[in-house]
Amino acid sequence: MTLYLVLFIFLAVLMIAAAIYSVVQKDLLYATLGTSIISLILSVFFYLLQAPDVALTEAAIGVALTTIIFVITIRNTERYEEDYHKKRNVKSPLK
Amino acid sequence: MKKVLVLFLLIAIGYYLVDVFSVIPFGADRIPEGNVRDFYLEKTVTDLNVPNTVTSIVVNFRGFDTLGEVTVLFLAASVLGSILYRRRSHDEEKAVLLPSSKIVASGSRLLFAPILLLGAYVFIHGHLTPGGGFQGGVIIATGFLLMLLAYKDYKVKHSIIMWVESLAGVTFAGIGLVGLIMGKMFLENFLPLGETMNNLFSGGVIPIIYIAVGFKVGSELTGLLYTLLNEKGE
Repeated sequence: MTLYLVLFIFLAVLMIAAAIYSVVQKDLLYATLGTSIISLILSVFFYLLQAPDVALTEAAIGVALTTIIFVITIRNTERYEEDYHKKRNVKSPLK
Repeated sequence: MKKVLVLFLLIAIGYYLVDVFSVIPFGADRIPEGNVRDFYLEKTVTDLNVPNTVTSIVVNFRGFDTLGEVTVLFLAASVLGSILYRRRSHDEEKAVLLPSSKIVASGSRLLFAPILLLGAYVFIHGHLTPGGGFQGGVIIATGFLLMLLAYKDYKVKHSIIMWVESLAGVTFAGIGLVGLIMGKMFLENFLPLGETMNNLFSGGVIPIIYIAVGFKVGSELTGLLYTLLNEKGE
């Protein structure tokens, strides 16, 4: 039981860390990988909380499909957040 | 004078609507004896002979909603395809993809068949194990995605995708209509339920609908990814 709790808290901390990373990161490709890690841990959570079918959906859609659609979008647009804001003379909302 | 009359009428109509509907408790006449949860848990076993309650709710009790969801996905895929198709038509050049290494290429080819098999397993056993048509379809689409990423000129035929998708959609709606013809509700079960629970051939129409949904979602998402990947960047 305690092992289960430790695993739970460890995963939760990892998930929050990945979320903060993907918000702070200026390289949008790495930020997308951060969101994909969030989805991966979330699917493990769903499995631990006895919702295996939701875990399957989350693993397939959140980890694979959403990430690849973001990656395709980044490939066709800009990779770095800073460039975008410099080019248009707008202040970055993160600063 | 006219405005006052309209206002008076509106107030009267509103008053009587509130008066009538406040007497009827919200949705109370639809809720069976006890509560909804017990109703579904009981009926899944007695009426449908299926071990997976989630599946029985999604496909049978709430089958009409699932039809709507599938339609929404179809609409999203076709709108995306139509938008990207117009941009591609006057620029036929394919998007630049770097050639992948030998390890990635042969690894993808090795994994492709098992991923497809897993997807098929998930939607064929949708009524017995966790998972179902949507999940299985998405897993199949990720298998195709792997091949699309690993091989630069991997082609997916749009005509085949269109046929598979249309046939699956027609099967889903057709099963519902057959239920109507047999004198039951839309999407109600009309096939024999099978003797033993947990058998592959049990659950009436649920496995057939889930196989149709799996094919539909898989082909839709594969076509969507193919269109997106072949879109040329600016």
